[in-house]
Amino acid sequence: MTDSLLKVEIAGIKLKNPVIAASGTFGFGREYSEFIDLNKLGGISVKGLTLKPREGNKPPRIAETPAGILNSIGLQNPGVDAFIKDELPFLKQFDTAIIANIAGNTIEEYCELAEKLSDTDIDAFELNVSCPNVKEGCVAFGNTVEGISKITKQVKKYCKKPLIVKLTPNVTDIKEIAMAAEANGADAISLINTILGMAIDIHKRRPILANNFGGLSGPAVKPIAVRMTYEVASVVKIPVIGMGGITSGDDAIEFFLAGASAVMVGTWNFVNPYACIEIINQIKSYLTMYKYKSIYDIIGKIQLN
Amino acid sequence: MQPVLFEKIVHNEELVPSIFKLVFKSEYIAQNAKPGQFVNIKCCEGINTILRRPISICDVDRDNNYVTIVYQKRGKGTEYLSRAREGDTLNVIGPLGRSFEMSDRYKNIAVVGGGIGIFPLLFLLKESKTMKKTAFIGFRNKENYVLIDEFERYANDLFISTDDGSFGYKGFITDLFENGIANEKFDIIYTCGPEAMMEKVVKASYQAGIPCQVSLEQRMGCGIGACLACVCRIKIISESEKENSNKSWHYKRVCKDGPVFWGHEWYEWGQA
Repeated sequence: MTDSLLKVEIAGIKLKNPVIAASGTFGFGREYSEFIDLNKLGGISVKGLTLKPREGNKPPRIAETPAGILNSIGLQNPGVDAFIKDELPFLKQFDTAIIANIAGNTIEEYCELAEKLSDTDIDAFELNVSCPNVKEGCVAFGNTVEGISKITKQVKKYCKKPLIVKLTPNVTDIKEIAMAAEANGADAISLINTILGMAIDIHKRRPILANNFGGLSGPAVKPIAVRMTYEVASVVKIPVIGMGGITSGDDAIEFFLAGASAVMVGTWNFVNPYACIEIINQIKSYLTMYKYKSIYDIIGKIQLN
Repeated sequence: MQPVLFEKIVHNEELVPSIFKLVFKSEYIAQNAKPGQFVNIKCCEGINTILRRPISICDVDRDNNYVTIVYQKRGKGTEYLSRAREGDTLNVIGPLGRSFEMSDRYKNIAVVGGGIGIFPLLFLLKESKTMKKTAFIGFRNKENYVLIDEFERYANDLFISTDDGSFGYKGFITDLFENGIANEKFDIIYTCGPEAMMEKVVKASYQAGIPCQVSLEQRMGCGIGACLACVCRIKIISESEKENSNKSWHYKRVCKDGPVFWGHEWYEWGQA
């Protein structure tokens, strides 16, 4: 699809369309390649990568909640070396942007990940400082101005590719976190990661998730995500990638109007493996219907009441 | 490419309280399904009960392209599904997952099922071309025993238990199975049902030196192997994998690497 209508550029990465599969919901693309043509996607943010392989949390790792799900996967992944050796060559067969989502327990681990991946064919980094499901690191860096400033600044030194910083919504003021990331070298912001939540089995009188808490995603979080996208896009100059509960082109358009230059689709892939493709087509229909020439014509174009 | 299918429901009937049999027409699933595999159903359109519900395949009619599933109405998703009627559209993905290993080498097979775990075993009995098939199926009581006629049709020997003795043997089905295994040289055992039951089955099978396959269950997300929600612990057996790991097990996906695993791979067995 070389449609100029949908082309967008994020921190120097040219995307054929503004729809990216969200990290953690799409693995390394293999499973979804059995359902859809990955060439049609704007990009894929891969499952969060750590320096060493991680087994993740105990099951149950998922619970359904009203219009959403709670997950506590806990960053299960084969480690960065296995990704580079076994998964990246598969992904690079497709003409789509590959974003490496990276996570660690310490700043040094993030730096080492950035260094290792900088010399590969990935297109960008997504700094995961927002996963709520691991004991150490991750969200601990992302929920304070000091934390995000320090890690962004340090990791940026090792990045030879654009650095997208993925924000957690579990903070008092997401604007100040976004501004701190921007001030310390982030090339783009993505948001929101999941909202910390809990679901209880009333018959067992225990949380459903073995990890007790998990991250909420799906349509239930969309209004929060749209509001935060708007808030962040209003205070930073770097591009914003919006996500949270997108199930349709209409949902995605809300994020563009709120100021997002691209969107990520996560949970809805589980429900409908064609979700990303359908959303791309629906965005195109909307732009055509209103005779817009480009997706840029609607980015940040809401008028507040 | 694997399709997301929108198929016509032919029949949806409550067999006994809360257990439903649903038949839908699907050429793709009927022609491709193997025993042990499941279908993943969006029980309600839109944002209610958003996750698909994995339900094992109970039967297929390849001549007429009918697929039968039997499910328990247990939560909101299956509640919606129970209201579906003939002519309604079913949003379904499948067949998914690893099937039971069936081979001409296995001349004398046994299945051991409990509760709603019996349904994939019925499909296996029907598909198996072997001469000698024995089924052990357990229910809580006679109010919820179902598809007995079908089991009688496809098994040469059928053993039934109920927890309260209201039908068949009073007690656990594993009691009957342990007797059976002492008297009969099975080539393979297939089991599906409550974990405690499957643990006993695996233990008895391996004590008798008979290979055994288990069908595991876990809360699922995507159902196709991407989200890593539905994991179970599987023993690391190959030497090359042992070298790369300091653990004796690793997580495998029930939806993609399973739901069927070899009993000797299943880590939980023997750990309790």
